[in-house]
Amino acid sequence: METYQIYSLTSAVLFVIGIGGVFISRHFIKKIIATIIMGGGVFLSFVSFADRDALAFADPVPHALVITGIVVAVASAAFALALARRIYQLTEEESFTNDK
Amino acid sequence: MTDLPISPYPALLVGLPILMATLSLFFRTRGEAIVGIIGSLLTAGLALIAFVEVTKMGTVIHILGGWEPPLGILLRMDPLASVFIGMTAVVGVFISLYAWRYFPAQEATNGRLPLFWPLWLFLWAGLNGLFLSNDLFNLFVTLEVIGISAVALAVLSGKSPALSAGLRYLLAAITGSMAYLFGVALIYGSTGTLDLKLLSQVLEPGTTTSFALLVITLGLMIKMAGFPFHFWLPPAHSSAPAPVSALLSALVVKGAFYILLRLWMEVFGVSLTYAAGQLIGLAGAIAVIWGSWQAFMQTRLKLIVAHSSVAQLGYLLMIFPLIILAPGVTADSADWLSPVWTAGIYQVLAHAFAKASFFLSAGIIIMALGHDRIESLRDLVGHMRITALAIGLAGVSLIGLPPSGGFMAKWMLLKGIFLSGQWWWAPVVLTGSLLSAGYIFMLLRLAFAPSREKAPFRPVPKKLEVYALLLALGSFLIVLPADSLVQFLESSEIFGSGIETILEGGINGND
Repeated sequence: METYQIYSLTSAVLFVIGIGGVFISRHFIKKIIATIIMGGGVFLSFVSFADRDALAFADPVPHALVITGIVVAVASAAFALALARRIYQLTEEESFTNDK
Repeated sequence: MTDLPISPYPALLVGLPILMATLSLFFRTRGEAIVGIIGSLLTAGLALIAFVEVTKMGTVIHILGGWEPPLGILLRMDPLASVFIGMTAVVGVFISLYAWRYFPAQEATNGRLPLFWPLWLFLWAGLNGLFLSNDLFNLFVTLEVIGISAVALAVLSGKSPALSAGLRYLLAAITGSMAYLFGVALIYGSTGTLDLKLLSQVLEPGTTTSFALLVITLGLMIKMAGFPFHFWLPPAHSSAPAPVSALLSALVVKGAFYILLRLWMEVFGVSLTYAAGQLIGLAGAIAVIWGSWQAFMQTRLKLIVAHSSVAQLGYLLMIFPLIILAPGVTADSADWLSPVWTAGIYQVLAHAFAKASFFLSAGIIIMALGHDRIESLRDLVGHMRITALAIGLAGVSLIGLPPSGGFMAKWMLLKGIFLSGQWWWAPVVLTGSLLSAGYIFMLLRLAFAPSREKAPFRPVPKKLEVYALLLALGSFLIVLPADSLVQFLESSEIFGSGIETILEGGINGND
């Protein structure tokens, strides 16, 4: 098994853990962390493909995409945390109550 | 691709709203609104000029900064994109005019809601960018711009139900874009390109492609609130301020649908199967029935309108089983493709106009009554004739009665269904219309019923009512240029095309 395959498999596992967490957990923070784990999986898969073609150097395009992706993910996570914090301040709720 | 005529408009359509949004952040309250409304009018004007340009020259492109793809970004404005951009401009300008009057009038009861204008212009830039994008990653970025500004708009009021609905919306949006991005990673990993045009040539059917198709479709279904991922839409759309609800329902969800359509038709043709089309059609059919039924059961006006959005988006998904042809059928022999595409476009347009008008009217009613419980709509006709008319007209278009745009969409859809022999979709279309008629007539019955007590309606600026009425009229007027619109769209490569399935059997990638 080559190195990039280990990374690719790990990325798939992370993605599945993340998506499961988003749908199963009810707690705000747990859900937000689950989306971050999903993101980690996706970015790892991009980077793992960069090393795939046995080139002398790594493919730069996935790295550029991952940088952009990380910026977006950080911004959305921060926004989600701010919303969760505000909801907690207003209602003292920390998880979704009714369905889903 | 690069031999198409080059035009500055695609870049301006994205750049101008971003510029105006940033500018408006330098001002306070009134100044922000003035820059915002100027920005909206300019963007709408630009969109119309660009639309005319495309009708004259055909598809135009813009290469950002002169960096040719694959290194740089190419924006492409074809007839399909220009129709979506035009729709965004027309609906957007009416919502802007409404918002310009609505927020000052609301200040007394709800306080000032700052940041509407910059967020709306960022949203507009994201939508225009999405319609013009030509590569998978650019689509991801525009999806994120749209997602974040849409959630920020939805929580403008800062009240806890809106915040809670907004967080749910945001989590759904992040999950959707991450699933989409995972698919993009797989595609890049297997082909080494992100360009849609190039992908359609090099993509080969296989496990990776099917899995990528699966996660991308999953992600976009979450974003467009397709069944069974519709759960975030009703609370988020109904708890936002009226102009925002209108924007979210009329325009934002159409973005994800547009990508889904583009990717299925232009890129993933090789790995789609007849069964995949049937499955996504089934999701649409359930959404039509479930959404209409839920709308019928609601007692609050905005929730009725929001649930009806779930149903109306279901109709959009129902065009997929009809344009993915059964094995052995060639696109040339499939005479139902043109009606089905017309149905799809008209459903998008009619829903955008009618739903925007409906949500704006709901905002007027909340302003007049202080709440939106439907039993208080009694004698609406006597007190707010224009709004009652707007609700009636928008409702007629949502049900699909002639001569509205909604009728055109449903009629063409039924025509396509019968021509293609997939009769099992027909009862769904009819039941959906019947249920919509149920909740619309329930509202109208109340609106005409005499009131028992003294009217509680407070006066509302007339102009607000007029804007809502004009949008409702728009959902009828779009039928007039139907022939020339379809002719114009047919010069788009994608319009009227069907997927000739290569793979036999198996679902091979779907939600």
